[in-house]
Amino acid sequence: MTRHLRAFGVPIIAIIILLAFWEWLVWFNAWPTFKMAAPSDLPPAYQRHWNLFLTMGWQTLWRTVLGLFLAVIFGTMLGMIMGFSRIMRDALYPILVGFNAIPKATVVPIVALMFVGQHDFNTVLLAFMISFFPIAVSVSIGLSTLEPEYRDILRSLGASQATIFWKIALPKTLPEFFGALKVAVTLAFIGTNLMEIVSPHGRGLGALFDSGRTNSDFPLMFAVLIALAFLGIVLYYIVVALEKIFAGWAERSPG
Amino acid sequence: MENLIDIKGVRHAYQTDSGPLPVLDGLEIAVPEGGFVAVVGPSGCGKSTLTRLIAGLMKPDQGEVWLHGERVRGPRATVGMAFQNPVLLEWRTILKNVLLPLEIVPSKLTRKQAEERARFLLSLVGLEGFEDKRPSELSGGMRQRASLCRALIHQPEVLILDEPFGALDAFTREDLWMTMHAVKEREPFTGVLITHDLRESIFLADQVVVLSGRPARTQYVLDVPKRGARTLDDLYTPEAADQLNILRHQIEIAQGRAPAEEAPA
Repeated sequence: MTRHLRAFGVPIIAIIILLAFWEWLVWFNAWPTFKMAAPSDLPPAYQRHWNLFLTMGWQTLWRTVLGLFLAVIFGTMLGMIMGFSRIMRDALYPILVGFNAIPKATVVPIVALMFVGQHDFNTVLLAFMISFFPIAVSVSIGLSTLEPEYRDILRSLGASQATIFWKIALPKTLPEFFGALKVAVTLAFIGTNLMEIVSPHGRGLGALFDSGRTNSDFPLMFAVLIALAFLGIVLYYIVVALEKIFAGWAERSPG
Repeated sequence: MENLIDIKGVRHAYQTDSGPLPVLDGLEIAVPEGGFVAVVGPSGCGKSTLTRLIAGLMKPDQGEVWLHGERVRGPRATVGMAFQNPVLLEWRTILKNVLLPLEIVPSKLTRKQAEERARFLLSLVGLEGFEDKRPSELSGGMRQRASLCRALIHQPEVLILDEPFGALDAFTREDLWMTMHAVKEREPFTGVLITHDLRESIFLADQVVVLSGRPARTQYVLDVPKRGARTLDDLYTPEAADQLNILRHQIEIAQGRAPAEEAPA
């Protein structure tokens, strides 16, 4: 009971303290809302636009999750290729690193031009592009650092490469995979919102943010940021829950 | 008696950037059925290569490896292996780890029989009550015991042990030596033990093969007379001291620190 209380109570108290500090900061400096909105300015913003928050939040959410899903599939396959083949690893790594180094904000206009008007597709594409890298790297490292003895144990019994992959390599890589997925979740949100904010006539929370900017509705902008943070937290903890189910064995019990 | 393992004139070299690196050169080892051979030699003399050859994980450049009258050309299910690293699968319980080989090797056992056999083996090595624990909950010695059970579950003809006790402390190691004798009594196997520990070699094996330095050939073979059930006290007898002296001298020759005054066996 006390353990549950601590698991939920401590973070909630921390959030309350943070909000209180924020409120105090704005009040103490007597900042106007166009400099910084206070937490107490947010509920009215949510109240006025709650239906927009729901529809736009949903748009942002499904496109992020879809982009992430594609990133998981593509990243895992790429990671497998690089994890199993030395040559492919040598060939692909510099390309991947270079691709990852490109600021994705610069890719937005290119993608927007390339697929004009296909906003959903573009958004999913950017979420995907920004989030597959850590997954590919972690899977490839997980596979390439598999101790040879693990392979030998099954290979000496005549097991096929596929059997070795399913029985040993894949489960052994899961902790690294989930570590990368936690990073990828937040990255995917960044990708989605970049596209939503920058591309004209966008949709989703990013577009709502942009409309707040053009209308000088500053509390709305802050309200969107908090909504994004909330979605990010929810998705992150969904990944944590999945990790507990599929890779819980990697967690050492304390003591 | 027919030899279960026959290694005849095996040569092998690894290809490195600076040309071929010969590791085995004229290796001769014969192990009769039920025999237990320990292989000792200087570091890096190709002992682990030897285990991979017997397991069929690689082919020698020259020479032949025979198992039970059949030439080894690839992996075969009749081999069980245990390494210095117990390589247990962390996401499985101990019982499921032990059962792993039966998921690969075709077996006549039903699921229930297989589980019974696994439990029997675990009790044999003193791991009763740990069947449902995860490997991370076990000590190093206990993991090695579990790894031993996994190597035996499919009743292999040949048990290959590549320095299985090398990473354990001295007392745990001696415990495991006793366990090995207990296991061999109930679950007869033909074994090849790679080790650096001369006391271990004469305590466990009935034949000790000394390899020369790289490239390794068979330099000396010591027969350890059987005395029935062994106890640790057997290591502190004059005979044991003689055997250890001979082996230590042979290792010194292999390392090039003592001249070879006698023709290698």
